[in-house]
Amino acid sequence: MTTATIAPPVRPGLLSRCAPVISAEWTKLRTLRGPRAMLIAGFVAVVGGGALLTFFINRNFNSLPGDAPFEPVRSSFGGLVLGQLAMVMLGVTMIGGEYASGMIRATLAAVPERGLLLAAKSLVLTAVTLAAGLVTAFSTFFVGQAMLGKHGVGIGDPNVLRAVLGGAFYLTLIALFSLGVTTILRRQTLALGILMPFFFLISGILQAIPGVTKATQFLPDQAGQKFLQIHHQSKDAFGPWTGALITMAWVALALLGAWVTLRRRDASAAS
Amino acid sequence: MIELQQLTKRYGDRLAVDDLTFTIPTGLVTGFLGPNGAGKSTTMRMILGLDRPTSGRVLVNAIRYDQLVAPLTHVGALLEAKAAQSGRSAYNHLLWLARSNRIPDRRVGEVLDAVGLQDVARKRIGGFSLGMGQRLGIAAALLGDPEVLLFDEPVNGLDPEGIVWIRTLMKSLAAEGRTVFVSSHLMSEMALTADHLIVIGHGRLLADLPMGEFIDRNSRSHVRMVTEQPEALMDALDGEAVAYRRGADGAFEAVGVEPGRIAKLASRHGLVLTELSLQRASLEEAFMEMTADAVEYHAGPATGAAVKAPAVAAHEQRKQG
Repeated sequence: MTTATIAPPVRPGLLSRCAPVISAEWTKLRTLRGPRAMLIAGFVAVVGGGALLTFFINRNFNSLPGDAPFEPVRSSFGGLVLGQLAMVMLGVTMIGGEYASGMIRATLAAVPERGLLLAAKSLVLTAVTLAAGLVTAFSTFFVGQAMLGKHGVGIGDPNVLRAVLGGAFYLTLIALFSLGVTTILRRQTLALGILMPFFFLISGILQAIPGVTKATQFLPDQAGQKFLQIHHQSKDAFGPWTGALITMAWVALALLGAWVTLRRRDASAAS
Repeated sequence: MIELQQLTKRYGDRLAVDDLTFTIPTGLVTGFLGPNGAGKSTTMRMILGLDRPTSGRVLVNAIRYDQLVAPLTHVGALLEAKAAQSGRSAYNHLLWLARSNRIPDRRVGEVLDAVGLQDVARKRIGGFSLGMGQRLGIAAALLGDPEVLLFDEPVNGLDPEGIVWIRTLMKSLAAEGRTVFVSSHLMSEMALTADHLIVIGHGRLLADLPMGEFIDRNSRSHVRMVTEQPEALMDALDGEAVAYRRGADGAFEAVGVEPGRIAKLASRHGLVLTELSLQRASLEEAFMEMTADAVEYHAGPATGAAVKAPAVAAHEQRKQG
């Protein structure tokens, strides 16, 4: 073939290849109603749940069982178990919606560099969930502490700012983990069917089984939630920073699996 | 230009595409024909880098698709399924596509006008009819003003008006010097639009030739004769070395002769022919015969009727589906 001697065009640098893909992913996210609704639902669930829990804690403070040190920040995040489901849904639909509709083919035809696509999706998801997470975390903290009255803490107290910021990062990490798992599974319904019950029910049930508590602390959600504590609790196997690292390792693993899957498998419209 | 080199795709133990080598000629409408399940869509997905070949490769302008800078400005594709999320508007769907390849936003309005969707640009895609969905897919293909366009079964499920529209569009795109590669399982549709023809069956290349040549080569005609004096006719045909066979209804069929020659022959022998006609096989029959041969090739020796059945069955299934 005479044409085989033509040299491939010089490809632009990584940053300039990345910019249009990020712009496209941002355009996709903001032109659907779902993501906005999920962020609002997450906010309402976290802040509402936290307000409710702290209200009742304050009313019954002296009759609370146990001798563990009280966790005022953790208590104001009482709605997190419910609110994180919005992050799961956001992470899942970020790519799951494309597999379900078949649009993944249009995406991969437009952006054949699949690693770049995953990176752009992760970046946009991080930016959006971190912004929403910060608003949510600080809102629920201040609302919760107001409800706790004299049992509450100030943002300047030891470990408190770290814990509140941790709440925001936690939401981002859960969304990224969900994005990774969905990319591996390539099916939106399957990903939701696994992740939603896992984060809402199964993790909590496992935690309640006496023998396995030690092990369940290493699950992505429970390890990450250690970051919301400002005291060391006697049952803890590790501290908040280790917990954050464990959750980040889960996210890294999920995204690595996603990268391998996306690169190796055919684009498929599996539903 | 698109070149397929020994392109092969295997799913488990099934060969979907089997050692395909051909070049899609530039500036023409090339029809990609084969029965349902012949491997057309798989081939198209491999051209776009969506599915990875088991072996072989596809080159677009002499490089692999995933090496193209801003691929939508080189190749535009309309794929089989409605590849868009229902919750987004047509405008926004095209907008993200444009942004992903640094195509200016104003192209979105231009292509929406070109396909006649300007009035529903802000409507959700979920409410679109099949025809509107196809138009949106074509708008997406045209977005980057590419020199190569791939259309996978573009007329499927369209109303007659939509079919005529797509036919005209493909011809005008080729007239602008673009390369159009369009798949279909309908020979009759291809005969109306394609300049060049590539036929595959069971993933294998069966034909790669200009449309006119395919018609000449495959629409074999025969002369049909009916007479009340069969023995005398047989003697006369044998005497002049005209090959023939008897049809099911007792009629004689001769291939490779002109009806005029038969008329003169009958006249010389004092025969009365109650019917003398030229029968031309349709292109659809020629295509089915060709793909049925592919089935025969794989199935080994079998009777003519038996090997023809799968291709016909596939065709019927398609019509119902």
